[in-house]
This record gives sequence, C-alpha cells and structure tokens, in this order.
Amino acid sequence: MALKTEHMTLNMGPQHPSTHGVLRLEVELEGEIIKSVQPHIGYLHRCFEKHAEAMTYPQVIPYVDRMDYLAAMYNEFGYAVAVEKLLGIQVPERVEYIRVIMGEFQRIASHLVAVGTYGLDIGAFTPFLFCFRDRERIINLFEMTCGARMLYNYIWVGGLSHDLHPDFVRNAKEFVSYFKPKVKELNDLLSYNRIFIDRTANVGILPLETAINYGISGPNLRGSGFEWDIRKDDTYSVYNKFDFDIPVGKGLQGTVGDCWDRYYIRIQEMGESLKIIEQALEQLPEGDVTSAIPKRIKPPVGQVYSRVENPKGELGYFIISNGSPNPFRVKVKGPSFVHLGIMNELCKGHMIADVIAILGSIDIVLGEVDR
Amino acid sequence: MKNIQEIFDILKEKFGDSILELLTTLPVESFITIAPKKINEVCLFMRDNEELKFNSLMCLSGVDDANGKQVKDENGAVKIEGSTLSVYYHLESTEFRHKVTLKSSAPKENPEVESVALIWHHADWHEREAWDLVGIKFLNHPDLRRILMPYDWEAGHPLQKDYKNPEFYHGMKVPY
Amino acid sequence: MTYDFFSKLFGSDLIAALIQSLLPLFIFILPYALFAVWWERKVSAHMQDRLGPMRVGWHGALQTIADILKLFQKEDIVASSIDKPLFNIAPVLMFVGTYAAFAAIPFSSVFIGSNLDLGVFFIVAVSGFSVAAILMAGWASDNKYSLIGAMRSAAQIISYEIPTILVIITIVMVTGTLNLTTLSEMQTGHFWNWMILGGPGSSLSKFLLIPSMILGFGIIYISTLAEVNRTPFDIPEAESELVAGYHTEYSGMKFAMFFLAEYANMLAVSSVVAALFFGGYQSPCGYLGNLIGLKWLIPIEQIFWFTAKGLFFVFVQMWLRWTLPRLRVDQLMNTCWKYLIPLAFVNLIIIGLITLI
Repeated sequence: MALKTEHMTLNMGPQHPSTHGVLRLEVELEGEIIKSVQPHIGYLHRCFEKHAEAMTYPQVIPYVDRMDYLAAMYNEFGYAVAVEKLLGIQVPERVEYIRVIMGEFQRIASHLVAVGTYGLDIGAFTPFLFCFRDRERIINLFEMTCGARMLYNYIWVGGLSHDLHPDFVRNAKEFVSYFKPKVKELNDLLSYNRIFIDRTANVGILPLETAINYGISGPNLRGSGFEWDIRKDDTYSVYNKFDFDIPVGKGLQGTVGDCWDRYYIRIQEMGESLKIIEQALEQLPEGDVTSAIPKRIKPPVGQVYSRVENPKGELGYFIISNGSPNPFRVKVKGPSFVHLGIMNELCKGHMIADVIAILGSIDIVLGEVDR
Repeated sequence: MKNIQEIFDILKEKFGDSILELLTTLPVESFITIAPKKINEVCLFMRDNEELKFNSLMCLSGVDDANGKQVKDENGAVKIEGSTLSVYYHLESTEFRHKVTLKSSAPKENPEVESVALIWHHADWHEREAWDLVGIKFLNHPDLRRILMPYDWEAGHPLQKDYKNPEFYHGMKVPY
Repeated sequence: MTYDFFSKLFGSDLIAALIQSLLPLFIFILPYALFAVWWERKVSAHMQDRLGPMRVGWHGALQTIADILKLFQKEDIVASSIDKPLFNIAPVLMFVGTYAAFAAIPFSSVFIGSNLDLGVFFIVAVSGFSVAAILMAGWASDNKYSLIGAMRSAAQIISYEIPTILVIITIVMVTGTLNLTTLSEMQTGHFWNWMILGGPGSSLSKFLLIPSMILGFGIIYISTLAEVNRTPFDIPEAESELVAGYHTEYSGMKFAMFFLAEYANMLAVSSVVAALFFGGYQSPCGYLGNLIGLKWLIPIEQIFWFTAKGLFFVFVQMWLRWTLPRLRVDQLMNTCWKYLIPLAFVNLIIIGLITLI
C-alpha cells in the first residue's frame, strides 16, 4: 500500500520572532524541505506616496524617515539629492561632508542591526546585544546633532537643519577609534564561528545573473561577486573625494553569493565606512549649512530618477514635478521591497531553518517594503 | 556608452511606429515614449541587443497623469476623464553603464500595458504595485494580484488622483 | 540512611518513603530551579554587557519568585481544537521524567533517593519519558510549529541517547558497576582518583585510560546538551524558526512545568556527568571533617561538592548557550551519527582493550 503524503503549508508571521517585522511568509513544506515561499506584505502600508502628493517638498522629509527606519538619515540624504537634482542647485561643501559623515554613520548603525539580528536568527544571542551596544553610541552622536535618535529630519533640501554640535568631531573620532577593534571582536565571536559558517555557507546561493535580473543591489549584489557600488559607479555628493574599497563576495567559506558572503560584506563595509568617516572628519570644511536652503521649493516641470547607495542597497526616488510646490508623484524604489521578491527563488529546496538564515541575510526592513 | 538619442535611433530603426517619440525638452531627464502593447518586445530587444544590453531594470513606476479634464458627476464628486496612466521604466546596463528612461501610456478607461515581468523578474513586484496602487493592467503578468493593499480592497487604486477613500472596510471605519 | 532515620522517627514506612521522595524536590530541585533561572539571566546579562534583573531583591535575586507568582496568576489558555487529555498530561510527564531521575542521583554518601544497583541505567531510562512528553505536547497542541518541534526533538533525543549510553558503557567496563553510589565511592580520596583521570589506583592502565576518558567526557557532555535541548542543540524550541517549538501553545503553570523541567534536567545530566567522571560528591582534596575529627560534617561537605560540581556544569551549559549559534536539524543529526557515535565506538574499543591488559 502506498502511503498518501501531502505538502504542509506553514504560515510564518505576521507575528513571528524572526520575520523582522510584520511580514507573512506562506511556506509550503515537504517534511522540512521547502517547496515554495510566498511572501505576503502590506501590513505596514501607509501609502507614503499618496501622502507625499499632498505635502510640499520639505514636508515629505519626515515621511521618508519612516520608510527604512534603521537608516533614516540615508533616506533623507537620497531624497535631498533627488530634489536638488530636480531644482538644479548646488549645496555648500560643508553640507555635503556632514551628509556623508552622517550617511556613513547610519550605514554602520544599519549594518550593526543587520549583523546582530542575523546572529539572533541563527541562534547566537550575544552578538546581537554587542551590536546594539555599539549602535547606541552612533545613535548618541545623532542625538547630539539633531536631538532625535531614530527619525531625524536632519538633512533638508539644500542644507541641514542644524550645524554640528561643537563636540561632535571629537566624539566622532572617539567612536571611530573605539569601534575599530570591535569589528574584530564580532569576527571572532560570530563570523568565523564553525557553527555559524555551517549554517550560512553554501546556503541561499544567489548567482550574479539572477541577482541582476531580480534588481538586487547593495551588499546582496556585492555578495554575489559584482563590484558595484553607486557611491563609486554613479557617484553623488562628495563620495568621489574619498578613498575606500568596495568589498565583494569571494566565497571564502563556501560558494560565491551564499549567505555568509552577504553577511561578511556588511562586516567589511563597516570598516570601509569608518575609513570614509575618518577622511571626511579630517577634511571637514567650514561654512554655513543653512545658507543654500531655498525659501520656496518649486521645481520646474520635469522628472528625475535619482538613486543613492542606502545601507540596504539602491534607494531610488522617482519624482515628477508639475511646477507646483507639491510633488506630482513620488515613487520610491526601496531595496528591501526588491530584495524580498527573491525569497522564493532563494529558498526552494532548502530547509525551514534556512528560510530564516536567508531572510536574515538579505536584510530587509518592513517599513520600507510596505512604505 | 550611448546617449539617449543614439538609443532612440536604434529603436526607431528596429521597431518603427511602436517607438512614438523622444522628449528632450524637460530639464534633468529625457525619455522615449513607446506604444503600450509593444513595450515587451522593445524591452526584450533592449535587454538582449549586443549594443544596448540593458540587463537591469532600476525602477518601474506607475503614474496617473491626470491630464484629462475634470468633470463633476451628479453627486458633485470630481472625476477626471480622458486622462492616461503611464508606466516609466528606468533601465540601466551594468556593462556599458548607460541609462535610459522609457514611458508607455494607456488610456485610463482601459489601462493595458504589456508586462515585462518575464524579461526582468525585478518588474514582477513593481508591476503588481503599479496595478495595486495606480490600476494599470499588465497583460501576461504571471501573478497580477494586489500587493500592498488588502487582497479584497474594492475601493479602487489609491494613487489615482481622483481616488476616494471608502467609509468602511469590513465594518472598520477607514478615515481616521 | 535517611530512610531508616525517618522510618524510626515516625514509625511508619509509608510516611518515611513519602518524605524521602519529596526531600530532593523541596530541598534541592525547587530552590535550584529558582536559583538557576535567576543565575541564567545574570550570566547572560553579564556576558552581554548588561546587568540583567536588578530591581527585585539584591541584584534581582527575588525576580524568579516574582515571575513564578505571576505565572500562578496567569490564565491557563487552552485552545479549543487541542487534544485535552494529552495536552494536560504532557507537562506533568515531562516533569515526572526529570524528577524520577533525581531518585537515583547520590547527593551525598548518606542521602540518595534510592540506592539502585542499576542507577545509571535507571536514569537513562526515565529520561526517555521526556521524549514521550514532548511528542504528546507537540501532537496535542494542534499547531504546526509544535508538531515540527516535537518531531525534531524526538529524533534528536533518541539519537543522542546512543553516544551517551556508549560512553556510560565504557565507564561500566572500567568500574564494573552501574550503581552511582559505588561509583562515587570508588573515586574517593583526591581528584587524581576521578574517572576523568583514569580512576583510582596507580597502575599503567590508569594512565592509558586518561585520553580515552577525556574523549568520553567530551562526547557525553555534548550528547547531554542535546538531550536537554540546550544551545547549540535547542532546535526543538528554536525561537527564531519555530516560535517556541513544542511548548508554543502552553501558558501559565503548564508552561512553568516545562520551564522547571528544563532546568531540573540540566542539573540532572550535569550531576550524572559529575558522578561518572568527576567523583560525584567526593571532595577533590580531602575532607575538613576528617581533618578536625567531626564525622557529621562530611555529608554536608559532600553535598557542597556535589552541588558545586553540578552547578559548574550547568554554568558551562549556560555559557555555551550565550556564545554559540544553533545548528540546523540535518547538521545536528550529522554531528551525532557521523562524529559522536563512531568516536564513541572507537573509544569503547580502546577502553575495552585497555581493561583487558
């Protein structure tokens, strides 16, 4: 007699410890093996794009903060760059430098969360708290600068809301020297842990062709071995003045493009960001950060697609202006939204535990997926 | 690396009437307008052509152009008639490092555009989003469902300019 | 010994047996569990650069009591579609299995619940209860996460019992006894008489045994980690994958039973490891009681040493938990079947040859 078997559908989320927010994954299983993964999103949908149409250009900034709330500074940065392109204005050097410093601090903070929660997903609790301890210091720097710890409204179109605190440069340098050895600590604790490598190497391999076809960007694309960084390849702000490397996945522990590669890219990028911050702090010019902020922002009729290298990947703003003070259409291409689309492709044939490992390795923020 | 004029010429030569126009008068960004029913052929050509190799779709956005005239129906609600819905495609070649913007417009009454989801998988979710929020129907899309809004949302597509929130959704009050 | 004492005191075997059986629970397991939960939180906190509970009592010492009080007051949520009898039995059975194991553990030379000749064998057997309990809990909960957790757990515990038993057999081969009291008595004197250092005596075979014993200890410690579902083998309740595994649906005191059983289990296996390899309740360096001539002091010292050894291994379990990530289910099986069991067999053969000489 043949036994009848059927696939089991497992519902992960919306309330689940490791879906990083309110994401629902419909997983079809055969035993522990995954047949398909169907993400259902929209639980955090606020229709930011509709809100933006009713706001003036500067009023949109607090809303973009709330998309990728772990990298709010960079969302503002991207938006400001896009609107400035549309307006065709130049901002003072000092503003650009401060933006870069803030953006790179934000990148470290975001990567710390990504790396820490990834450890948590794999079952290592302690690196998570170590990462949050270090992130706390960055958040303190942000708080010192603009009073807010998470949603800053700091980078404005044409300038910044405040100049730096007089102690900022000293504290930032202190952080850089404090944080450098911490990267090594993290490596010892997690990156080269045998169990961690076993769990992540050769899991969720993302070939380069597939990655490009799926629009994957940022650390995930670099994890697949492609040296592509918008900071260098389509440069904006003053990134061309700094000397830094683009880490790419080399398959050190397994295959190029596996979870470990994607994870390790983030660790390396934190070091590169530190380099940029150090250089920027050295070169920081004097000047007025609010002088170039336009009184009225009324871009000419036209459209712009502008993208920046968010910690998660390529963050694009498509803004259409009809000549009024309100944007006609703001479309955001959020990296998390794009990256989540590849879940099914990556998870097929793996085990349940690997879904978590893969989801953690592509590092999504649901605030940006749902907008 | 090719500029948009050269790309336009290549496309015009290959597809003729399907390539409608090249708009360069706008500041910042120019785009090529393409007939909505031909967009998939054009995109496939652009992806696979040796000179173009647009292997990456950066962004796909649905827009309600709201370019019709406003009419008031008998209840006094403002509706826009005769306008078009557009899809913007931002393409990039990671090999040649050139970029181009395509636009494809369809009348709002019957907004049908061919899907490019099978050319760039990236477009899959973006097209679902454009359908969900703007209401553009993508023909031959593998799985055209709502994505951000609830699957059973019946009040229309929120990013259309004349969208009105419903009073209730499953007995819950919608306006807050 | 304690049994005789109570039997004389009350003049009734029944009361004596009852007290005898409840004693380990009240003087040992419950206070230990309260302590261990607090300790685990403190250990994890200090490993992670934070303080942990600080408000309730000195450094949060009463935190667990507050938590238990809270759990007592909790509503016992029972979903409608569950299998009620199994659902209710499972936590009790889980605890019974653990509790029964304490019966054969010698806390000191005078205090052992039941001085069985088959002590180790009995402990291994009754720990098997927990598999049944976990399967019951997982099945009865009518929850997919619970079911997957239970299946994983059953497979895991059964697999890891094999290396455990193989290592125990090596000890039995060397000592010729399954009785834990006898085993502990054999390792009396100083720490160089412990089994990990080849056991008592000073013959050549003792020194030959040392590497094998260390290997055996490694194997049994890893396997017991898996048997009590601790990281890196906490796959049945892997919270990032399966929410809480087989006890996802439990709340209130039933959940507390599982929780208690987990901590009690940790101590049980640690005690067995201590008794097998580290002299059980024997002091590593002679007794103060012998030195100053107070014979009644010796059992108290023994309890101290036994607790210290047990708690040390519990501490190592906690340490591992807060350091290591978790294995995947197939890697877990690989570890057991491809590494631990062959190693245990090789170890068995080597020790067999050594005992022959």
